[in-house]
Amino acid sequence: MRKIPRLSRFNVASLALGLAFLYLPILILVIYSFNASRLVTVWGGWSLRWYQELFNDRAMIEAAWMSLRVAVSSATIATLLGTLAAVALSRGERFRGRTLFSGMLYAPLVMPEVITGLSLLLLFVALNAERGFWTVTIAHTTLTMCFVAVVVQSRLGSLDRSLEEAAMDLGCDPVRAFLSVTLPLIAPAIVAGWMLAFTLSLDDLVIASFTTGPGSATLPIRIYSEVRLGVKPEINAICTLVIAVIAVVIVIASLASKLSSSQGESAAPL
Amino acid sequence: MTDELPRTDTATNAAGGDPYPAAGQPLLRIEGVAKTFGTFRAVDGVSLDIKAGEFFALLGPSGCGKTTLLRMLAGFEAPDEGRILLGGKDIAQALPHERPINMMFQNYALFPHLSVRDNIAFGLKRAGMPRADIATRVAEMVALVKLEGLEKRKPDQLSGGQRQRVALARALARRPQLLLLDEPLAALDKKLRESTQGELMELQRRLGMTFIIVTHDQEEAMTMASRIGVMKAGKLAQVASPRELYEAPRSRWIAEFVGDINLFDGESKLRDGHRLVIGTRDAGALVVAEPREPLGAGKLAVAIRPEKVKLSRRGPVSEAGRETAINRLDGVIADICYLGGTTTFKVKLDSGGMVQASVVNSARIDVDAYSLNQHVVAWFTPDDCVVLLS
Ligand SMILES: Nc1ncnc2c1ncn2[C@@H]1O[C@H](COP(=O)(O)OP(=O)(O)OP(=O)(O)O)[C@@H](O)[C@H]1O
Ligand SMILES: [Mg+2]
Repeated sequence: MRKIPRLSRFNVASLALGLAFLYLPILILVIYSFNASRLVTVWGGWSLRWYQELFNDRAMIEAAWMSLRVAVSSATIATLLGTLAAVALSRGERFRGRTLFSGMLYAPLVMPEVITGLSLLLLFVALNAERGFWTVTIAHTTLTMCFVAVVVQSRLGSLDRSLEEAAMDLGCDPVRAFLSVTLPLIAPAIVAGWMLAFTLSLDDLVIASFTTGPGSATLPIRIYSEVRLGVKPEINAICTLVIAVIAVVIVIASLASKLSSSQGESAAPL
Repeated sequence: MTDELPRTDTATNAAGGDPYPAAGQPLLRIEGVAKTFGTFRAVDGVSLDIKAGEFFALLGPSGCGKTTLLRMLAGFEAPDEGRILLGGKDIAQALPHERPINMMFQNYALFPHLSVRDNIAFGLKRAGMPRADIATRVAEMVALVKLEGLEKRKPDQLSGGQRQRVALARALARRPQLLLLDEPLAALDKKLRESTQGELMELQRRLGMTFIIVTHDQEEAMTMASRIGVMKAGKLAQVASPRELYEAPRSRWIAEFVGDINLFDGESKLRDGHRLVIGTRDAGALVVAEPREPLGAGKLAVAIRPEKVKLSRRGPVSEAGRETAINRLDGVIADICYLGGTTTFKVKLDSGGMVQASVVNSARIDVDAYSLNQHVVAWFTPDDCVVLLS
């Protein structure tokens, strides 16, 4: 049997420190969401009181509902557009300026969110669009679409082109070949892209606060404004719920990408 | 398996004609086809006629354009020049799925998300074959390539040779008018390769399909194909029957590419009735039969296949009376290479050159075998020699 290399004391210590640094705050938040005491820093025994209070807080529930709707719709639109962009860039005829286009696809990844948010705000104002659900959705779509495109494009790039050719050879027109061979093979990447877009949207504060209007705050905006007046234990409860949702999504996304890469091995030429 | 399998599943025929022209009728005509990648001419003016029911092999060194030529026939590359006619209609612009042609890919291109069975059935489903017929056809194909019991596996759960057989079965399943096979048997062991060769030939004859096969295995090309095309740097160097290719190669390059051969560079040429006497540096004067076509100008070489060189201790025995008509070269055995069925001797000639002789091991125990450094006479008749221009 191969010996698993033992971790040195130093490695164990640094690993523990790193993990503690990352997860201790979250852990504390989760634990204190079950705190019976009204004071955030004083432990008063276990209770579900703040969860109950949360469900009675209409504004908070509405913000959560808004965030969820924005996240689902923007992730769906972004997945559709991002996948199309990825397919066009890696499968379409080589057109002039293709390199420029694929480079431009990466720009929103590195663009500071403040700039994206501000420019979108200016656009919506110029268009005289009523700010609310749709403006936030559109803004999140522009942000997350490029993430989806990058994920899907890398999967397409690792896919053997002769698979599509084989499908065409066996009687599929190009569209059918794409639907019956390429799409099933990139599906895990598309799913992962959707999850990524969903969590990015759920999590966004900056762009949302630029592009939303009065009366339609998203959850991060709502939480942020509440916290400025002092941390209520109720906030801990809603944050715990958000963490739970995101954790589930991330686990599913990583499972999907694992599936995608294990299929990628067999798709590679011998 | 029956002979009367429905042939309606051969997809719609882009050419619009009869999907199966009678055997011997011209099926495919390639006219001056060329393909350039950047500035590199991968296929450089190939013209070729293929008859229906023919088994044609393409032979050539790696990178000479065989796959590119097949890809143009299948419709994955558009030729830059020339025309491709199938049953008289130009198909150069037809998309791959509109051609009654199937191709087996060199890298197999199996669908990783589908099982062996679904891979084989893929083309049949697309052709709208009834379910029950698909099951029968798939079972038949699975049996043909000996993959029984593996139908439910995914391609990544198969060995290289098994994958190759799935690819073969998938390409064969549709019974196309023309089947293109890019090194279909390269990953199989010798036994399996030979039996699959036999079954492919059987199937091809039985169904009257036309095959174009690319192979690196010359023996395979010789056994299976009725005609062989040798490609060199994007051009067809010679198209001939296996026998003609082997016994009458058109150039020195082809002679060296196909099988083993002894070559002696000629320095002078003398006519002697129906014979030519060619002076060579390595083997002295060699008498050869006059070639059927008059020789052009250029450097001459005398070529003789190793199995046509005989060895003896004292010289040609049986034909002692006609010694003038025989080329005899004295030398010593420099190397012995035992190959099982035959033994190849390398003879170092007194005149300086080397000659290879291949001798059949007809007896299990040969007390009289030649040994290293033994003096021998290597001899061959003028008719067994070929004069080549290089
Ligand atoms: N898409 C392409 N772009 C540029 N060059 C190419 C392309 N496809 C093939 N070539 C070149 O064309 C030449 C012929 O390639 P091809 O695949 O037809 O060779 P082959 O005869 O099938 O070789 P092998 O026996 O190794 O399979 C090679 O030199 C190859 O590098
Ligand atoms: Mg090839």
